[in-house]
Amino acid sequence: MSSVAVFSKASPFDALQRWLPKLVLAPSMFIVLVGFYGYILWTFVLSFTTSTFLPNYTWAGLAQYARLFDNDRWWVASKNLALFGGMFIGITLVIGVLLAVFLDQRIRREGFIRTIYLYPMALSMIVTGTAWKWLLNPGMGLDKLLRDWGWEGFRLDWLIDPDRVVYCLVIAAVWQASGFIMAMFLAGLRGVDQSIIRAAQIDGASMPRIYWKVVLPSLRPVFFSAVMILAHIAIKSFDLVAAMTAGGPGYSSDLPAMFMYSFTFSRGQMGMGSASAILMLGAILAIIVPYLYSELRTKRHD
Amino acid sequence: MTSLAAKPGISLSRIAIYAVLILAVLLYLVPLVVMLLTSFKTPEDISTGNLLSWPTVVSGIGWVKAWGTVDGYFWNSIKITVPAVLISTAIGALNGYVLSMWRFRGSQLFFGLLLFGCFLPFQTVLLPASFTLGKMGLASTTTGLVFVHVVYGLAFTTLFFRNYYISIPDALVKAARLDGAGFFTIFRRIILPMSTPIIMVCLIWQFTQIWNDFLFGVVFSSGDSQPITVALNNLVNTSTGAKEYNVDMAAAMIAGLPTLLVYVVAGKYFVRGLTAGAVKG
Amino acid sequence: MATLELRNVNKTYGAGLPDTLKNIELSIKDGEFLILVGPSGCGKSTLMNCIAGLETITGGAIMIGDQDVSGMSPKDRDIAMVFQSYALYPTMSVRENIEFGLKIRKMNQSAIDEEVTRVAKLLQIEHLLNRKPGQLSGGQQQRVAMGRALARRPKIYLFDEPLSNLDAKLRVEMRTEMKLMHQRLKTTTVYVTHDQIEAMTLGDKVAVMKDGIIQQFGTPKDIYNNPANLFVASFIGSPPMNFIPLRLQRKDGRLLALLDSGQARCELPLAMQDAGLEDREVILGLRPEQIVLANGEGNGLPTIRAEVQVTEPTGPDTLVFVNLNDTKVCCRLAPDVAPAVGETLTLQFDPSKVLLFDAKTGERLGVAGLPKTESHAANVTQFKGR
Repeated sequence: MSSVAVFSKASPFDALQRWLPKLVLAPSMFIVLVGFYGYILWTFVLSFTTSTFLPNYTWAGLAQYARLFDNDRWWVASKNLALFGGMFIGITLVIGVLLAVFLDQRIRREGFIRTIYLYPMALSMIVTGTAWKWLLNPGMGLDKLLRDWGWEGFRLDWLIDPDRVVYCLVIAAVWQASGFIMAMFLAGLRGVDQSIIRAAQIDGASMPRIYWKVVLPSLRPVFFSAVMILAHIAIKSFDLVAAMTAGGPGYSSDLPAMFMYSFTFSRGQMGMGSASAILMLGAILAIIVPYLYSELRTKRHD
Repeated sequence: MTSLAAKPGISLSRIAIYAVLILAVLLYLVPLVVMLLTSFKTPEDISTGNLLSWPTVVSGIGWVKAWGTVDGYFWNSIKITVPAVLISTAIGALNGYVLSMWRFRGSQLFFGLLLFGCFLPFQTVLLPASFTLGKMGLASTTTGLVFVHVVYGLAFTTLFFRNYYISIPDALVKAARLDGAGFFTIFRRIILPMSTPIIMVCLIWQFTQIWNDFLFGVVFSSGDSQPITVALNNLVNTSTGAKEYNVDMAAAMIAGLPTLLVYVVAGKYFVRGLTAGAVKG
Repeated sequence: MATLELRNVNKTYGAGLPDTLKNIELSIKDGEFLILVGPSGCGKSTLMNCIAGLETITGGAIMIGDQDVSGMSPKDRDIAMVFQSYALYPTMSVRENIEFGLKIRKMNQSAIDEEVTRVAKLLQIEHLLNRKPGQLSGGQQQRVAMGRALARRPKIYLFDEPLSNLDAKLRVEMRTEMKLMHQRLKTTTVYVTHDQIEAMTLGDKVAVMKDGIIQQFGTPKDIYNNPANLFVASFIGSPPMNFIPLRLQRKDGRLLALLDSGQARCELPLAMQDAGLEDREVILGLRPEQIVLANGEGNGLPTIRAEVQVTEPTGPDTLVFVNLNDTKVCCRLAPDVAPAVGETLTLQFDPSKVLLFDAKTGERLGVAGLPKTESHAANVTQFKGR
């Protein structure tokens, strides 16, 4: 708690001290106002213009949004996002929780194992995408490996199959992020009140049942955080697509972030690109706002 | 069946657990192992063997070629990452200091705005940012990228420091003010010496984020100013000529090794950064 | 060293919010030890922060010596403070902690070293000079915090509940040490506490606060023997004063309080004979030590027989609880008196020690005859409007 003395007998040094905190914060305040919110506003405005290769501030109403909705590629990207997001979040959660629960069982070399599970997070999505692109290479990747090991006739050409290519994205993304979710849940598990578990044991429940019915439900806040973070990653996914598939084959593995980049910077459709960016923002807000709202509400209940 | 957590002896369920965990370890390691193996093979070995086959000749040719292609971009990444990490950490520290110990009207609001900014999908600011960089004459330069990374890293770095400093008791600052210390003296002589853990977290987190970034790199740079992630992607996704997977994998390793090494050496700070960012609100 | 005067100090945190400090008036002489005591939320820490300059005041003036420091920043007021949490700089050694303020004031190093030695010797912390605060015990940290303040040789020392974080035994020891130190150094000190025993034993002057207002300002003896209102009477003294609500009566021209123990009745003649007090709803205040066992030698003091409800032998006394006028009353008797529960005792009162308080306002009645304290008039006006 700080405040500054009333001015009447203040020395110049005091006057400076009073303003210093504000001065120090000012550049950041400026940057945030302009670079974050100002730019969002700018993009918002652009989405209502007829801009193509260069910004052009002719009012176009909702035309760009309409063009988006008429655009097959945008629909594919959006559907892919739902599919990718849903599978990514679901599978990552399952794997992350499972690994966390197992690691919570007083495992030897737990630290070492945890380090292995988490290292993918240290890699760029480009590196991850490149690695998995090679691993899933139809003909020379995993399928060849398994054939060499005796599983004859095994084929894995999802990467070039327009209907299945999204699964490849999911695999790579799950590999990268599940360690992080594991770490979150492990921390959460470690914070669980031991007396609840003991009470359940006295009641005669087996450990799996205890975890399923008692421990995991008490980790609801962690679930929410995890879902939010994973959803956030999914919506922003750009690097992974660029590296693994570049949106292909065709645009069957496109995602909104890729779409936005492509239309804005490669195809000279700034207006449409801006509209797609605003829609992405909308998707993120649709997730955060209810989350923050529920967080604030539960706090008040306490 | 004995209770698992209570008696870590040898039981069927325990063997199953270890089996699963070890399987997972292998699955996590396989991509890395494959990358390494492939990078040390010759193209002939790659086409005749499979992902996990040992090279008949351990050859560094992939690495040589990869380095030849991406080395300039590697140094670009360094030129971008190092200044950006240092600057964004420094500003974040000062911001966190003000927000936790010198609060004034409007500073809480600012913090809220900043917090919201952590969730920002960067797509919403790419265009205006590129306009601005152009007007500042920084388009397609490494300096421009440093600038962008500092601006958009501020939200996280400030968050880290503010959350850390808020646990330092007010009385410490009050005592220092009574001793006659001013704003910067308190920061330099009292707060900074206490900040080593969070500085480590911030440096490592920012290094990883900025080095690994692709979006800003591909949008705001071109040609000679590109970071290594962009160079890697260009290399791997070019469709001209025969694919040289050993070069691709070596290049991926070159791009990934710095952050991987940082993780191995200082992983615990990285994890703290992850959980600090995750446990928000 | 200097005097401290607070003139009509007011503080609010914002328009529309209730006042945190209202019309604070007090003054202490050079070398005096002032205690600010009261329950949590009474404003004592806020007042201390205002004196230090860590918070602004919205009205009035603070004078140190003859200087109006109300607008000055903390570092210009020449004040040193010891915090409840000690607030030692964790990354610096004890020596560096003590030197910090001196270095900022640009003293030369040899003078600084002299000060550190002087202070370390005074507080017996010479052997700790090179340690860091994390390596010290609570009591040692407290001394270092005091050393940091002493080295500055300020005009005024401020202590914000410095003993609250110590365990009970250490607290009693440190209390005595503080008193000794004050006697030696004669430093003008303002000391905040919620512990009324510290207030009574350490202070030259005590200001009892509640809800941002000074309820009474005077010497410990004044506050104890002549509390200005019900709150002060109840706050100071352990075990607390007994409060018996009753209605005064006038009989044969004399003002009486009627006590009823269920077994017997007693008419307590009152020292104050003000007109207009009869039939008034009052609260009678009597301290536990003012109720004694009747010794049978008819000395004319009113007595009453009462049944013992509870006894609490504390070691130095026996506390005996009886019922008077349906109120639980505590009597502090000699330790060798060990009545059984249900036994009947004959208790004796001294009417001259009895205090009367208005049942509605808590104001002390019959104040004529109260010894005058410095801010006496101000005190009376302060709780008039409550």
